[in-house]
Amino acid sequence: MISSNTRKYTVVSLLVNGVSHDVMIRSADTLLYTLREQLGLTGAKYACGNGDCGACTVLVNGKPMHSCLTLAIESINDEITTIESMKHSDIRSAFVANWAIQCGYCTPGFILNCHALVNEHPDADDEIIEEWLKSNLCRCTGYQEIKDAVKSVLEANKLKAKENSNLAQ
Amino acid sequence: MQKEFRKTVGTAEQRIDAVEKSTGNVKYLGDKLITGMLHAKVATSTEAHARIKSIDTNEAWKVPGVRAIVTGDTFPFPIGPILADRPPIAFDKVRYYGEPVAIIVADYPYQAKQAASKIVVKYEKLPVVNSVEQAFQEDAPIIHEQLGQYTKIIDNVYPVPGTNIASHIKIRKGQFGQAWATCKDTITATYSFNLSDHAAMETRSATVEINPDGRVIVHSTSQSPFTIKKILNQFFNIEVGKVIVHIPMLGGAFGGKGAVQLEPLAYLASSAVGGKLVKLQYEREEDMMTAPCHIGFNATVKLGVNEEGKLLAGQYTFLIEAGAYSDQAAGITRAAALDCTGPYHIPNVWCDSYCMYTNHPYATSFRGYGHPELTFAIERTMDQLAKQLNVDPIEFRLLNAIKPGHSTPTQSVLTENNIGDTAKCMIRAKELIEWNGNQTTVTENGKIRAKGVSLFWKTSTTSTNAQAGAVLLFEPDGTVKLSCAAVEIGQGTKTILAQIAAERLKMNMKDIHVTMEVNTQYNPHQWRTVASSTTFLAGNAVLAAADDAIRQLKKIGAVALQCSENDLEVGNSRVYLRSKPTYGIDIKTICLGYKYPNGHTVGGQIIGTGVHVQRQLTEMDKDTGFGDPGPWWSVGAQAVEIEWDEQNYTYEILKAITVMDGGTIINPMTATQQMRGGIFLGLSIASGESFEFNDKGVIQNPDFRTYQLMRFGEQPKEYIVEFVETPNEDGPFGARGIGEYGVIGAASALANSLSSATKTELNKLPLTPELIWQTREVGQ
Amino acid sequence: MISFDFEYFKPESIDEAIKTFSSEWKLGKKVVYFSGGTEIITFSRGGKLTVDTVIDLKGIPECKVLEIQGDRLIIGAAVTLNQLIESNLFPLLSETTRRIADHTSRNKITIGGNLMSQLGYREGLLPLLVADAVVTVANQTKIEEIPIEKFSGSELKEGAFLTQIKVPVSNLKLPSKSIKRTRTSKVGYPIVSLAALVHEGKIRVAFSGINSLPFRSTVIESILNDKKMSDQQRIDKAITKLPSTITDDLLASKGFRQYTFGKMLIELNSVLEEKL
Repeated sequence: MISSNTRKYTVVSLLVNGVSHDVMIRSADTLLYTLREQLGLTGAKYACGNGDCGACTVLVNGKPMHSCLTLAIESINDEITTIESMKHSDIRSAFVANWAIQCGYCTPGFILNCHALVNEHPDADDEIIEEWLKSNLCRCTGYQEIKDAVKSVLEANKLKAKENSNLAQ
Repeated sequence: MQKEFRKTVGTAEQRIDAVEKSTGNVKYLGDKLITGMLHAKVATSTEAHARIKSIDTNEAWKVPGVRAIVTGDTFPFPIGPILADRPPIAFDKVRYYGEPVAIIVADYPYQAKQAASKIVVKYEKLPVVNSVEQAFQEDAPIIHEQLGQYTKIIDNVYPVPGTNIASHIKIRKGQFGQAWATCKDTITATYSFNLSDHAAMETRSATVEINPDGRVIVHSTSQSPFTIKKILNQFFNIEVGKVIVHIPMLGGAFGGKGAVQLEPLAYLASSAVGGKLVKLQYEREEDMMTAPCHIGFNATVKLGVNEEGKLLAGQYTFLIEAGAYSDQAAGITRAAALDCTGPYHIPNVWCDSYCMYTNHPYATSFRGYGHPELTFAIERTMDQLAKQLNVDPIEFRLLNAIKPGHSTPTQSVLTENNIGDTAKCMIRAKELIEWNGNQTTVTENGKIRAKGVSLFWKTSTTSTNAQAGAVLLFEPDGTVKLSCAAVEIGQGTKTILAQIAAERLKMNMKDIHVTMEVNTQYNPHQWRTVASSTTFLAGNAVLAAADDAIRQLKKIGAVALQCSENDLEVGNSRVYLRSKPTYGIDIKTICLGYKYPNGHTVGGQIIGTGVHVQRQLTEMDKDTGFGDPGPWWSVGAQAVEIEWDEQNYTYEILKAITVMDGGTIINPMTATQQMRGGIFLGLSIASGESFEFNDKGVIQNPDFRTYQLMRFGEQPKEYIVEFVETPNEDGPFGARGIGEYGVIGAASALANSLSSATKTELNKLPLTPELIWQTREVGQ
Repeated sequence: MISFDFEYFKPESIDEAIKTFSSEWKLGKKVVYFSGGTEIITFSRGGKLTVDTVIDLKGIPECKVLEIQGDRLIIGAAVTLNQLIESNLFPLLSETTRRIADHTSRNKITIGGNLMSQLGYREGLLPLLVADAVVTVANQTKIEEIPIEKFSGSELKEGAFLTQIKVPVSNLKLPSKSIKRTRTSKVGYPIVSLAALVHEGKIRVAFSGINSLPFRSTVIESILNDKKMSDQQRIDKAITKLPSTITDDLLASKGFRQYTFGKMLIELNSVLEEKL
């Protein structure tokens, strides 16, 4: 049984971006707070604290998760991925190329959600894209450019897959 | 006009902040973590209108880690940007639910929050003024008993003591009464909507540290760094030079971060702990309930036409809901009055614009500064009057569109230069929406399609001495550092300013390094990053600085090249002979001084400086509004097509079109981003956003679960943005401001399309399925 | 930011969970079971809930089961909504839960958490009500099966918790339909939500949003199945047989709820008619 007594801080290990880190937490600390305050991974943002906006999205075992609605103590056996490890992802480049960024505050959360989406649904249609991306709010762009970015990566991946299968034949 | 060849202006240069933002590396204020920093939390009022009898802090002090508790008696003086009517922490009475009544400072945020929940305030309840209509009634409870004694910070504010009117602005142009009597047809209609929220994704925060030598170091999510200095000086008696304000990039602002609320609170908190570094960061609910919001609005519009359908007379009564304190709502009241007619030529104008106190959270500037609101009222009236006259609403608009030679409500004369081409925008929008004369169509699955249009205009209502400065500092490699105090709030302003610098210096964009953060210690003064003014003011300052640098480069170049300055040109990072461009010298060899072969050096670092200040603006006359309040009017047209489900009362937005005349467009992609984002914001507010109050004046929806923004998939299926580019001779390369404009006509175009689809006059916002149902089936 | 502290336990068996609860409770502490935890975290942050001890049920194997065993589908209480939706073992449950919160949240929200929600919506309950589901509840002395309609109507005893939901396989793939209407955004609490299936030629339907609590009413079902009446007659009669008064709140007025309820019944009828 895992237990944590909070009156004193508890030290636990978190596996973040492939590296194990010891962090000192209260059991009431959210994963968002711990990633930011203990590990300095400030790419995940606080914006609503209520799971309504997606600015705090990280991947937990590859799935998008609101880190503001997750306790750090809940995540000690999980693989956590943050924006800081996404420098070479196609979706990140696509956000830049498609003008999908204005103030940039929602961007890390969107990129992680989109990254998981294109991985999990290489054939995602508009309905799936919409279902997934409804989890993230953006106040600046009007979403068109974000949609373009996701679609460009899906198309490019399909093309790559086709080329690979042609090569294999 | 022949278009000159341009290197970068007019090109979609990639935003200089995009890569850094995509990797999560940008440090917004909340991302700056400093060990030992203390954390502040506000305890807030649980009453909307009450006298404070006592504040008990005993239980709060028992929470471990609490270092200070500050209450209103520490600083019982009212402050404000226009009318000083708001104590930073409530003193004697509270005027809205959510108003700060105490600040707790503790080691950790959770401790401060815990302690804040243990502050016990005893109140004596007062009657709550729960709507702007109630506030306007003669026997309404008075919210500010000392209204007559408040200090006016700027001139154009006219409080009416003994009422809830924080300001009354009048426009009297022509002879309204006489003209009205001669009108062939007239219409009167009333419009209203509640307060709502900016909802920038980044909540507001500020840190303050007071050094032992008296320097006050502020970091803030603010659009107004120099206003923070001004306010700390004016009200807290700190020397201007001792206030240093840092502004990182902001996670959205929309006008909501132009107000100064958190900085004085953080200052009082830091003072209470001996000047230690204190951070105050709002949670979402505080950002919605405690921080300033978007105005509420009630308007009655009367329009009259002659036999030809030309507008003869217009009367406008605006009740601008300021909430508990006037803040920028007093300025919005003025801005709404001076553009009250919308972009129409009306010879006889009568406008009473009132800034009204209520017991709701107080309002401040919101993208458009009163114009999305007045445009909703004007453009709905134009549609209804066109219908009454049985003419096409677009033809009716074109017949009355304002043009050079006409004058504005404040009798500013319009010229080819200071206003864009309204009619051209309307005609292009008409083509793009495939206008079919206001006809609705029914789709195969029984949905109703309809279109709606809106014109819009706005001047940039800055102070008459609003200005910006810019400094260009040359680096040893010949590249340039651009320093100015424009705040990057997501609009791409730093990219635009770099383009303007690169264009004038004929350098590559990559060689212009812009300081992204603002530091008032190093950056020249800038009024604020609001009012779509930065491209114009800071852009012109950059041009002046570039010209200054070019003069200096030619001077030192003449020494190096042994010729006259007058024979030299600057371009491609070189100074060269105009008549023989191959004879020249690289800027990098002269920009830190020219060194003769023997080692003697002349000159020194090239530092180009420039400022731009608004020219010949005047205050408005108290009784008639007469004056020149703005430098130029950007104009445009918007159109929306919707598909409405008559059974469920739901609708989808198919198209959102914006055609705008913003003068020369510096960067077509950032401009398009602003227009798309603008109409999206306007449609989000118009379709679903509104604060809901209970009968005690308490907001019922202070979070994103219950206050719903438009989500992915609910946005228009298609955005179309086009620009008409009528150059503005005073603007950098002919540019006018555009930042706010995309939002202005959104609500009216949507309401016009839905009114057409539902055959019901929809004069309230937000246009939820239920509101449409209520209006159509129940008749309110 | 949760301003108070609590202790956190993650037991690995039902027995361990029950014992932990009991020992903490005896110390006078306020103890809650925690599955997805989204509601506990939001309520705690917002000052609506204070607890001393949290017992996370996600380490208990029984609570993580999602498979058909014999003639029943077994769903562990800590199975997430997205796991349910993606497995699609019970299409009506997938269709209904797919409209709860947003996709990312559904990676965290569990079916057990949804059924135990303090908010009055619990849309995950609707398909279970029409499919004759039973739930298993563990308490101090035993693990017992309770019919879903009994479970939904009462609070669990102190220390007891929901471990599994069991649905007869024969009811999983019946013709069915879920409809939900919200104020504006598709993501949001329901004005009215319904889940219906056709069982032996009769419509069964359960509702949320229209009253303060979700319900299935056999009286309303018999009205809806009465083919002698017109659509409008059925709606007019059904509305008079709601278990309690129509909710009137921020999401929708009583009048608009009633209007929406009627339109949804017409839509439901037209969708299910051909399947009857």
